[in-house]
Amino acid sequence: MSSPPQVNALPPETPVEHAAFHPIASFLNWFGEFGIFLWRVFRSAVAPPYEFAEFIRQLDEIGSKSLPLVAAAGGAIGVVLALETRSSLVRFGAKSLLPATVVFAVVTEMGPIITGLIVSGRVGAGIGAELAAMRVTEQIDAIEASAVDPYKLLAATRILACIVALPLLTLAASFSGVLMGWVADTLIEPITLGHFIAMGFKGAGFKDFLPPTFKTSVYGLIIGAIACFTGMRAKGGAEGVGSAATTSVVLSSLFVILADVILVKLILLIFP
Amino acid sequence: MPVSELSKPASAKVAEGNQPAIAIQNVAKSFGSQRVLDGVTFHVRRGETLAVLGRSGTGKSVLLRIIVGLQTPDSGSALVLGTDMAEADEAAIAAARTQMGFLFQHAALYDSLTVEENVAFPLLHHRSHMSPSERKDRVRDLLHEVGLDGHLKKMPSNISGGMQKRVGLARALALDPVILLLDEPTAGLDPISSGEIDELILKLQEEHQMASIVVTHDMVSARTIASRIALMDKGKVVIEGSFDELKQSGEKFVSQFLHRDF
Repeated sequence: MSSPPQVNALPPETPVEHAAFHPIASFLNWFGEFGIFLWRVFRSAVAPPYEFAEFIRQLDEIGSKSLPLVAAAGGAIGVVLALETRSSLVRFGAKSLLPATVVFAVVTEMGPIITGLIVSGRVGAGIGAELAAMRVTEQIDAIEASAVDPYKLLAATRILACIVALPLLTLAASFSGVLMGWVADTLIEPITLGHFIAMGFKGAGFKDFLPPTFKTSVYGLIIGAIACFTGMRAKGGAEGVGSAATTSVVLSSLFVILADVILVKLILLIFP
Repeated sequence: MPVSELSKPASAKVAEGNQPAIAIQNVAKSFGSQRVLDGVTFHVRRGETLAVLGRSGTGKSVLLRIIVGLQTPDSGSALVLGTDMAEADEAAIAAARTQMGFLFQHAALYDSLTVEENVAFPLLHHRSHMSPSERKDRVRDLLHEVGLDGHLKKMPSNISGGMQKRVGLARALALDPVILLLDEPTAGLDPISSGEIDELILKLQEEHQMASIVVTHDMVSARTIASRIALMDKGKVVIEGSFDELKQSGEKFVSQFLHRDF
C-alpha cells in the first residue's frame, strides 16, 4: 500500500538555499534566545529575595578590579591626545584651545568608549569563561537543583554590577585622562593644573559631561548581558569555555561600538 | 522539633504516607532522532533505595534530571512528592526541589567557594532564619556525618575525588531531604573509596529513611546499597526487582550484566 501524498510538504532545501538561509536563521535564532534570556533575567531580578551579597561581590570583582586598567588606559589616551592635538593647534594658532580639546575629547567620547572596550575585554571574557565553566561542570545545574534561580544569582547580579560600575569606571578613566593630558602638556609648556582645568571646562555645562558618562550604563548592560548569555549557554568541555569567552568579548565590543554610534546621536538630539 | 521539620512544605507529607515519593509513569525523551527514554515506569517509596543500572547512553542520568526538573520529558509524568515536574509551575518545582538532594556525577561543587561555603549554600538560600552560628554548626554536623571534619576551609580543587563526592553528599543532605538522587556516586573512585561511599550511603539511608535513586554502573555498589534494582536497556526498564530476583531471571541481558562483576 502506497503512502498518501503530502499535500503541504515543502520541497527539500537545496545546498544553495541552505548556505544562504542557514546563517540568517542562526542569526535570528540567536537574537530570539537572547531576548528570552533577557526577559528571564529581568523577571527573576525584580522578584524577591534579592541577592545583595552576590551583587556587592560582583561590583568589587567588576568595578574595583578593573579600576587600575581603566585608569591606565584613560591616562594613556590623555597623553596621546595632548601630544597629537598640540602640533595641529599650534599650526593653526589655536594653542590656547588645547585644554578644552583634551577635556572635551576625553570626557565626552574617549573616556566612555575606552572604558567600554576595556571592560568588554576584561569583564566580558571573565564572566563568559566563568559561567561557561560552571555550565559544563554542572555547577549551574547544581544551583538550579538546589531550588536557587541561576538567572537571579549569576546573571542579574553580574549585569546590574556592570550597569552600576561602568559610569564609575568612566569617571576614573576621564579623570585620569585629563590629569595625564595636563602632565603631557605641562612638560612641554608649563601650565598649572588649576589653569588647565579652568580653561578646559570653560563654557561647559553638566549636559556636556553627564550624558556621555551615564551612557556607559548601556555599555554595562550590553557587556553583562552578552557575557552572561554566552557563558550560560556554553556546551562541550574546554573548547566550549574558550569559545564562550571569545564570543563574549567579540560580541560585546562590537555591540558597545554600535551602541556608541546610536547613543551619541541620541544625546545630540536630546541635548542639542 | 528540628528547624528543618518546621519548614517542610505540605508536599513532603505525601511522602510520609503510603504514597510513593517518586512515581515515574511512561516517561519518554528523545534528543533529535535518538530516543533515550522510551516509556519508563517505576516508583520509589520513602525508606527504599532503587538502583538504576544500564549501559552507557541508556538515559539513566537523563531520568534523574527529569525527576529534579532540569529536563522535561517528551511524554509521561514524573511525580515527585505529588508534584508533576513536567507540568508544574516554577514555584511548585522549586518547592519540590527543596525536598530533594542531588549528588552529581562529578560532585559539581562550586569551585569558587570553600567546602564549608558549598555545604552552607542551600542553607543560606532556604534557611535564611538560621543565624550564622547555627548555620556553621549545621555545616560542621553535616561534614562530620560524611566523615570530613577539619576540611572546612579547603577549596574543592584541593581535595580528592572521593572527598568531593562526600562534600557533594553533605550539600545534598543540607536541607534534610525526603528524596536523595545519586548520579554515579562511586564512578572514578578506587575500590576502597567506593566501598566507603557505599557504607556512607547505607548509613545515611538508615538514619534518614529517604526515598533514594542511585544511578550506577557498579553492580557491587548496587547490591550493597539498593533494596531494588532496575536494569535499563534501549530506554526501557528491562527488569526490576531485588538482586536475587535479577540473578534468577533467565534474561540474557541481565545475566550479561551480572556476570561482568560476579
